Amino acid sequence: MAKFDRTLGTLRFTEATDLSIPTLSILDPQGELRKGAEAPVIDKETALKIYRDMTYIRVLDERMVSAQRQGRLSFYMTCTGEEAAVVGSIAGFSDRDMIMAQYREQAALRYRGFTSEQFMNQMLSNDLDLGKGRQMPVHYGSRALNYMTISSTLATQIPQAAGYAYGQKLSGNDACTVCYFGEGAASEGDFHAGLNMAAVLNCPVVFVVRNNGYAISTPNSEQFSGDGIAPRGVGYGIKTIRVDGNDILAVYAAGVAARKLAIDSSAPVMIETMSYRLGAHSTSDDPTNYRNAEEEQLWAEKDPILRMRKWLLGKGWWSDQQEHQLKTSYKKEILDALKSQEKRPAPSLDGLISDVYQTPPLHLQRQYAELKQHIDKYPDHYLANPARVDSAYQYASVQIP
Amino acid sequence: MAQINLLQAVNRALDTAMEADERVICLGEDIGKFGGVFRATSDLQEKYGKARCFNTPITEQGIVGFSIGLAAQGSIAVAEIQFADYIFPAFDQIVNEAAKFRYRSGDQFNCGGLTIRAPYGGGISGGLYHSQSPEAYFCHTPGLKVVIPSTAYQAKGLLLAAIRDPDPVIFFEPKAIYRAEVGEVPDTDYVLPLGVAEVATQGSDITLVGWGAQMHQLHRASNMALRDGISCEVIDLCTLLPWDVDTVAQSVEKTGRLIISHEAPRTGGFAGEISATIQERCFLSLESPIMRVTGMDTPFPLVFEKEYMPDYLKVYEAIKASVNF
Repeated sequence: MAKFDRTLGTLRFTEATDLSIPTLSILDPQGELRKGAEAPVIDKETALKIYRDMTYIRVLDERMVSAQRQGRLSFYMTCTGEEAAVVGSIAGFSDRDMIMAQYREQAALRYRGFTSEQFMNQMLSNDLDLGKGRQMPVHYGSRALNYMTISSTLATQIPQAAGYAYGQKLSGNDACTVCYFGEGAASEGDFHAGLNMAAVLNCPVVFVVRNNGYAISTPNSEQFSGDGIAPRGVGYGIKTIRVDGNDILAVYAAGVAARKLAIDSSAPVMIETMSYRLGAHSTSDDPTNYRNAEEEQLWAEKDPILRMRKWLLGKGWWSDQQEHQLKTSYKKEILDALKSQEKRPAPSLDGLISDVYQTPPLHLQRQYAELKQHIDKYPDHYLANPARVDSAYQYASVQIP
Repeated sequence: MAQINLLQAVNRALDTAMEADERVICLGEDIGKFGGVFRATSDLQEKYGKARCFNTPITEQGIVGFSIGLAAQGSIAVAEIQFADYIFPAFDQIVNEAAKFRYRSGDQFNCGGLTIRAPYGGGISGGLYHSQSPEAYFCHTPGLKVVIPSTAYQAKGLLLAAIRDPDPVIFFEPKAIYRAEVGEVPDTDYVLPLGVAEVATQGSDITLVGWGAQMHQLHRASNMALRDGISCEVIDLCTLLPWDVDTVAQSVEKTGRLIISHEAPRTGGFAGEISATIQERCFLSLESPIMRVTGMDTPFPLVFEKEYMPDYLKVYEAIKASVNF
């Protein structure tokens, strides 16, 4: 039943603006603590790990976009501009906690320890890809690192995260689920279903909404007309906080507090990170078709990595020399991994029918046998370039958004 | 007449429909100023204004439900679902609402002004979620019409027919050949009839039936077979629901052999329906079993896409097997 305990004798409609959600901001653009801001407790080791992983992802993204342009990858999506929103939030969680992400959160996977070789194996669909070469680049997954395999379908992970978290609560293993998605995904029906169920069923899940301004070409102004996504969390009865997504300390503080709330009170929490997708939606996209350079420049100046570097330098925890060494070593590590892993073969052909079910049923075994017979007749036509990004096979100039 | 590609033909059809009738409204994700991720709606917002061509929030169930409401009120709604793979959140609205809207109201209400466009099919290294051919799910739904063009000329004429058809239509566009498929398309306003197949190539020894991008594979296999002295009659179904049984049956009565080919998985695929109907109609004319050349009963693969696809070589082998049965 709705709560009727407050009554009013005057006719008055509640407006969207009546619920004004503030933004937590701790570091100013110069990387200094804002006056009166309460900085979270963070040790040097954690701070440097966060910084290194943000930097790693920036370098990885740059290198992989180049590799895609060179035709070594079919497709890529960057996290650029949102590194603090992703790394800062996941740093507040335990490695036991499940991550259910959308597709732009490779930084969280790196934080858990995914290696350069593992990133490459997935993107190149080689024999060591944990997903067995079945999905497009950036659709990572790792059971060992509690990172649920990415699906291209939008928002489907949101109700699943509620269910996963409910299971974690019943198992009593002191773990929760972190669920990432963008403000565009929050328009899907699954978002509403997932939030409501999480709240009603008291699921220890933390929803991290990356509000980054654009869903492919569609700006926020055409995606929703309320005050962002945060009020929806409140509407569903979920404790909600909005943070400056480019402020690593604000995001980290929210992440730590959200996990504690979710676990201690067995309830969902929502964090809305306000940031900007500095890159294109994907390598198939060209943002000059729908947004201007001035806007991009404005946000480039708010670069979350730069802001954290200034803070680290100010604390004496980092130096320009370390910065140079770190970037040089990441570039080398990533290029070496690309070179070595692209030489690896494709997964074996029986991966076509394995895992459709736990055991391939007879009809699939027969179809596979027919296929092998057919391939034997035309060995040069098939399997010619096993680790393929086979541009000759792809119809020219049709790309995936 | 201009030489344009299939994607441009879709764009021209939308332009023609919007110009001819101000009740026509286009909506979908990124279709406004950006013109859609494949550019099917390029320039339409600029030409007809934001009220008639607009971006929607990302909610397929919302897009289709909203379009049903628009159509019920008297507009002609042309909704774009960015990929056929993403149509499933709208399944309830399509199957339980659009398809039954007229029937359940005793024809007091209808949403016949609804057309849903969606790019479908493989061939672009899209993996599980950018490659599927979901036509059979919708062909199992009385009340819907399902249309798939394979040429630029068909794309314009069939889409205009779909938009003006008095029943809700799902119009799947073969995205793999959006740009590769080029042909002469009249600048004029014309429609091609729904429910009528096209005999693309006349032949005498065997009938090949397909639709959409698969027609390329059938034509290629047909040309290979011709070098072996086998004459194939190639039929492009164009409309899957309701499909043109008579044209296919007449052809099979002549050739005595039939191969049906689609990219979608075999089990429950639309080839099964065609096969069953034709053996009912043409049993005594058949010289060999009706054969299917289809995708496998697996999710759409990525790295083994080439092996999975029912390509021209698989069709060619099936032709030989049928003729030599």
